[in-house]
Amino acid sequence: MSPQMIERLWQAFLDTALMVGVSAGIAVLAGIPLALFLVTSGPGGIFPAPTANRVVGTVVNGFRAVPFIVLLVALIPFTRLVAGTTIGVWAAIVPLSVSATPFFARIAEVSLREVDAGLIEAAQSIGCRRRHILAHVLLPEALPGIVAGFTITVVAMIGASAMAGAVGAGGLGDVAIRYGYQRFDTTVMVVVIAILIALVCVVQFAGDTAVRRLRAR
Amino acid sequence: MVGLIFDSLRDPGTPVAARRQAPGAATAARPPAPAPGREAGTVRFESVSKTYRSAAGPVQALDRVDLAIPAGAIFGIIGRSGAGKSSLLRTVNRLEAPTSGRVLVDGAPIDALDTDGLVALRRRIGMIFQHFNLLAAKTVRQNVALPLTVAGVPRRDIGPRVAEALRLVGLEDKADTYPSRLSGGQKQRVGIARALVSDPEILLCDEATSALDPETTLAILDLLRDINRRLGITIILITHEMSVIREICSDVVVLEGGRVVETGPVWRVFGAPEHPTTRALLEPLTRGLPSDLAARLQPQPAPGGWAILRITCSGQAAPDLSGLAEAGAPVRLLQAGIERIQGRAVGRMLVAVPAEDPAEDPSTEARLRALGDVERVGYVPADAAVG
Repeated sequence: MSPQMIERLWQAFLDTALMVGVSAGIAVLAGIPLALFLVTSGPGGIFPAPTANRVVGTVVNGFRAVPFIVLLVALIPFTRLVAGTTIGVWAAIVPLSVSATPFFARIAEVSLREVDAGLIEAAQSIGCRRRHILAHVLLPEALPGIVAGFTITVVAMIGASAMAGAVGAGGLGDVAIRYGYQRFDTTVMVVVIAILIALVCVVQFAGDTAVRRLRAR
Repeated sequence: MVGLIFDSLRDPGTPVAARRQAPGAATAARPPAPAPGREAGTVRFESVSKTYRSAAGPVQALDRVDLAIPAGAIFGIIGRSGAGKSSLLRTVNRLEAPTSGRVLVDGAPIDALDTDGLVALRRRIGMIFQHFNLLAAKTVRQNVALPLTVAGVPRRDIGPRVAEALRLVGLEDKADTYPSRLSGGQKQRVGIARALVSDPEILLCDEATSALDPETTLAILDLLRDINRRLGITIILITHEMSVIREICSDVVVLEGGRVVETGPVWRVFGAPEHPTTRALLEPLTRGLPSDLAARLQPQPAPGGWAILRITCSGQAAPDLSGLAEAGAPVRLLQAGIERIQGRAVGRMLVAVPAEDPAEDPSTEARLRALGDVERVGYVPADAAVG
């Protein structure tokens, strides 16, 4: 491989890391409140609002139903509004976040639902208000599951980010398609795949380690 | 372990006791009766009903329950699964709201409380649970501190109070452990410390010993009894085990189908159970007729056979056995279980007397009657292994 190609791969790696990192951050900031809303607003929840719960649940399912490559294109007007452009890394972050947030919210929701109702009852019995239940019971007790779910989300986003090349976002997937596939450069293809495998392994290992530490208590 | 707890409970310098101890509570064998007009720690149910909507239609969990629980009592609520025990207990701190009727805590109705009032009420009522319900992500210290943390108690005051509560339950050395590393009995002690750290007047126990082995159950019951004596806290506990009631309760109410079917001091309900449900719940403790005798029981006396009599002692003076010796005919003791509950002799004896005798010889039955209520169970033949 030429030095230019190595330089190109390094830049692609940074683009992928940036896209996934920023989008994952947005997914957490938006997804956890969304998950808390889905769990606590349902019937028998601590903030019951069944109608709003159904509406939000349907919207979340709607976004989850649309394939990412379609979402990428369908969101172009929205992307232009938010990012001011429809090409490049920052333009890709918009659809990536929009796609990852409902995905992560549903996964976090499962962990939050698994918090024993008895713990919430105990918290109420000692005079916890609802915000205390969120801060002291739901989130800390569900944290290992939420971290595990976040790991799954990040791995899925690394995959999705490859498609962002379709909007000229750059990144490892883009290099693999343009050089590896369209120019028949098998070396580039193999190297990109190796980098992606290594990246996913590192993310998974970090996530598993964090979960193990949290569960060890 | 148990010794450690009792030592800490006996320690007269324990500040928690000094702060809360009711006058005379430490010396009285039973919690003192509340002074007239004193209502702190009392609970009153006035025609409390609760109906749930379920897929199969409405379910009546509680049906016009009227009940008064005096301050300082250890009050047992017993019944089968689904009898409404849990619902009744949860109306006290309003984890469940009655469909109709009202609950008064310390003489004040709680049905109209807003969120602030409800939070304040719950801080005066501790609660412990069958499955402990400790937060796995927090240490023992953090679990016990939580009621104070959320109440906005200054951090410098929380430390000593948590240490005090942990000392009360004998777990000072486990403060920085996570609950998953504790045994069931230790977890329940943490639950008790968490319930007591905010100085409640009332402690609700929801099947608190049902998940524990018999030995640990006794240790936890001992702890609850000592807490009741030392701190004068009213304890309301629900259980399906009569042995728990017998062990520590002063009064008991029996629920069946959401209704109160029997209530009174434990010695009376145990000594002379009136309702079939109470008798059924007492069955494991009382033991019926042994099966070998039951198999050969007949309604008419056989020549040379025996009459089987059941003598029930329901709270009179301790039975005087010399009465048996002085009876004219031989009296065989088949089976007996007499216990001392709240200072009264309660239990049953099964005796056999020669079948010809009891009807004709009134002196034998008269003497037996001095022991308790005599009831003819039936007759068995001469060879029924009595003699």
